[in-house]
Amino acid sequence: MTAPTVEAREVRKSFDDADTGTVAAVDGLSLSVRKGQLTALVGPDGAGKTTLMRMFAGLMTPDGGALSVLGIDVARDPQQVQDRISYMPQRFGLYEDLSVQENLDLYADLHGVPMDARRDRFARMLEMTDMARFTDRPAGKLSGGMKQKLGLACTLVRSPDLLLLDEPSVGVDPLSRRDLWRIVQQLVDDEGLSVIVSTSYMDEAERCAQVFVMHRGKVLAEGTPDALRERAHGLTYTALTPPGVAARDLQARLIDAPHLVIDAVPQGGNVRYILQPDEKAEEVAALTGEITTEPRPEELEDAFMMLLRQQEDEAPASAAATRPAAVVEGTADGKPVIVVRDLVRKFGDFTAVASTSFEVRRGEIFGLLGPNGAGKTTTFRMLCGLLPATSGQLDVAGRDLRTARAQARARIGYVAQKFALYGTLNVRENLQFYGRAYGLGRRALRDRIDEMTEQFSLDPEAQSGLLPGGFKQRLSMAAGLIHQPEILFLDEPTSGIDPLARRAFWRTITALAQGGVTIIITTHFMEEAEYCDRIAIQDAGEMLALGTPREVRELAGTDGARDMNSAFIAVVEDARARRSRAEAA
Amino acid sequence: MQAIALYITQTIALIRKEMLALLKDPSSRALLLAPALMQTLLFGYGATYDLTYAPFSVLDQSRGATSTELLARIEATGIFARVATLDNASQIAGQIDSGDSLLVVVFPPDFESRLAAQTEAPMQVILDGRNSATSSAAASQIAAIVGAYNQSLGATSPISILRRAWFNPNYESRWNLMPAMIASLSMLQTLMLAALSVAREREQGTFDQLLVTPLTPSQILIGKALPSIIIGLVQSTIIFLVILFWFQIPMAGSVWLLYFGLVTFTIAAVGIGLSISAVSLTMQQAMLYTFMLIMPLMLLSGLLTPVRNMPAILQIATYVNPLRFGIDTVRRVYLEGATFADVATNFIPLLAVAAVTLPLSAWLFRNRLS
Repeated sequence: MTAPTVEAREVRKSFDDADTGTVAAVDGLSLSVRKGQLTALVGPDGAGKTTLMRMFAGLMTPDGGALSVLGIDVARDPQQVQDRISYMPQRFGLYEDLSVQENLDLYADLHGVPMDARRDRFARMLEMTDMARFTDRPAGKLSGGMKQKLGLACTLVRSPDLLLLDEPSVGVDPLSRRDLWRIVQQLVDDEGLSVIVSTSYMDEAERCAQVFVMHRGKVLAEGTPDALRERAHGLTYTALTPPGVAARDLQARLIDAPHLVIDAVPQGGNVRYILQPDEKAEEVAALTGEITTEPRPEELEDAFMMLLRQQEDEAPASAAATRPAAVVEGTADGKPVIVVRDLVRKFGDFTAVASTSFEVRRGEIFGLLGPNGAGKTTTFRMLCGLLPATSGQLDVAGRDLRTARAQARARIGYVAQKFALYGTLNVRENLQFYGRAYGLGRRALRDRIDEMTEQFSLDPEAQSGLLPGGFKQRLSMAAGLIHQPEILFLDEPTSGIDPLARRAFWRTITALAQGGVTIIITTHFMEEAEYCDRIAIQDAGEMLALGTPREVRELAGTDGARDMNSAFIAVVEDARARRSRAEAA
Repeated sequence: MQAIALYITQTIALIRKEMLALLKDPSSRALLLAPALMQTLLFGYGATYDLTYAPFSVLDQSRGATSTELLARIEATGIFARVATLDNASQIAGQIDSGDSLLVVVFPPDFESRLAAQTEAPMQVILDGRNSATSSAAASQIAAIVGAYNQSLGATSPISILRRAWFNPNYESRWNLMPAMIASLSMLQTLMLAALSVAREREQGTFDQLLVTPLTPSQILIGKALPSIIIGLVQSTIIFLVILFWFQIPMAGSVWLLYFGLVTFTIAAVGIGLSISAVSLTMQQAMLYTFMLIMPLMLLSGLLTPVRNMPAILQIATYVNPLRFGIDTVRRVYLEGATFADVATNFIPLLAVAAVTLPLSAWLFRNRLS
């Protein structure tokens, strides 16, 4: 047995925080990473993954404990470690004005890669990332997924002994994500590279040889994916959604019984769920009632959710936000609230959105999916009135967005991808401002603020900018809902947040939809499409698929029908192949 | 009617938010008062052209009673301090070049004999033109001393002075810098404040959130412009009070007219700031544009150099510079006690700048291509 690549003994690292005093990011953590294989660090936000990665890379010194990387004491000799490892941080520092080739050259220079070694290495990197065609393109003009691939290529301009990847797939679409992993896998297989990757995607962790589940700066569990999966054995089931019931309503029913059900998510039109280990047969029977349930093989995500739920002392955060929000007059009556006809948006010669048409009915959850740079953000921005359309008809909430923009805007709510409220103001002041901007009267405003702060468990006097991530998102939601909009627009609301917080978030969304609010949402998590009534998949500005999740899965054919992720990849690749055939012909 | 009430309450909400955001941030709160106060004091004490100490040297080739008497009178002022007594003309250059002497007083060998002969007797004063304002003040003081001496002689034998300023023959004395600060110092801050206001929101992503509300561009414009205007006026007031009560420069004109001028000027300045802000995507960009603009605005304002001395083409350029008309209005109202009729023409370019920049920025809020 060879020496471990990384060996940590009781490693600690704390940070000083102005509000809460000292916070232990990594708290007496021990682990041992084997050489020549893929190792995953998984855990919720704030588990200490990034801090640990930075300590591995010698960018931070541990406050205590022993940490050796490649047999070297990192605290004593960080430079020697850095000479032999490659580290890709969450936001890789590409020079946006330099071309792909110039970025590669620059990083090769920085790492002192000899000229004769470069040619082969560059050729291999460009081939693996499939970017040989774009060497002259400035990095700033690449799509998000391509940037990430270039970042990886720049990280790998030399052959390291250890590769550290910190959440490489945040905000990256499924196609680019698959490509990224293909590259990493190839390096492990061909060169015997040791790779440590932190991720919040369980399907990524499943590809690794060894998985460490982290929580609050400690290792909660470790083992091979198979060994970890075993923990959920016999507890995993699928509930078959009866006809006429939305999968997400069934999911809501299950997840709202946390004493019986650890976790429930819609998948493939049905709901997969995990039972609490100490089975109470009658109670479970009472909960599921007439619904047909069948056991299913356990997955890594099931084990992960189990481990995390056992750590949460309080009831799932979703319970705090489940109260059905304001019921809008005239609930789900099936009438279209958004009508899009032949919508076109051009930027100069470039057509970002080409002749798109669809309708969204009242009370629907409508998902806009697509790879990075597919035009979904452009479509989304046009729908909420942030970007004028080049041509086409656009009715939102019964108002023509081209002529009655202010009236249309009064009826919509918007939650931006990143926190977009005023950080120096407190929660109440932010809500007051948005409430008044939407023309709420004094009384109505006070009542709404009370409702919202209660529903989202927010402290009205807390300064917004200092709220923890999850609470910032709740505040954004509260601000977006303050005027009881008919339609709520959510732009990648779950990007970069962990599965636990995502469950809570979706519980809020489904409750809103039950209350008659129409939801338009963009997301990179394909499994989240299962919560939607209908989804649209866009690529290169064109609408590729539009329909219920089931319809889209069926459209993708037999191999794609299993889960949304493969369906999405199949639909996009199919269309791309058709397009290149058409171009060739 | 209800629509108007809604329009107003929505706009007030935005104004409140802006003021709150500004005042709640300790760093920006400090920036509102401290720099205006500090800069006024700095300009008041530091940037003075007043003559308090003037080192000079003497080349007295006449060595007569008159030259001795004149030198005694010059030194008696307490301002002029003789640092060297020169033996020949070749030493003059060294004295001025090194900066040891601000001026050199030269009495030619025939000074006394010309006086005796009742003819004109020139004495020479050589000045350091690099330091034009102080030199010219020194020269006028010496002229005054010589004039007084002439009178004491009885007009029989007038001594004329031949002044020659080295390096800067056309020097001009200015002393009305301080009142101009009321306009120029507050403009620095308002321009920056307005330029950052939209750019900050764009950078932090809050502007999208603002644009999806039913607020119209005109409401956003008013909501963004008014806080900057108010803060600009508060700063002007601080500077005004310091000048009036601390430096005790007497105010000749009407306070109402002064403020009418300041309001108009500040609106134009905020218009420029908001236009910069509306085209910028980041705060850094807005800051760069502002710095790029502030220098020409200052130079072409008549703050330091009179507009009428500039080449014709630059004089035309000053017409779009609100600072030129702001400073002119403030100076004339403050120092000359000018009436509205006197300064009315200054309002036309100010209002024109505001009428272009404000609607432009309102349009840019929504139509800036990202």
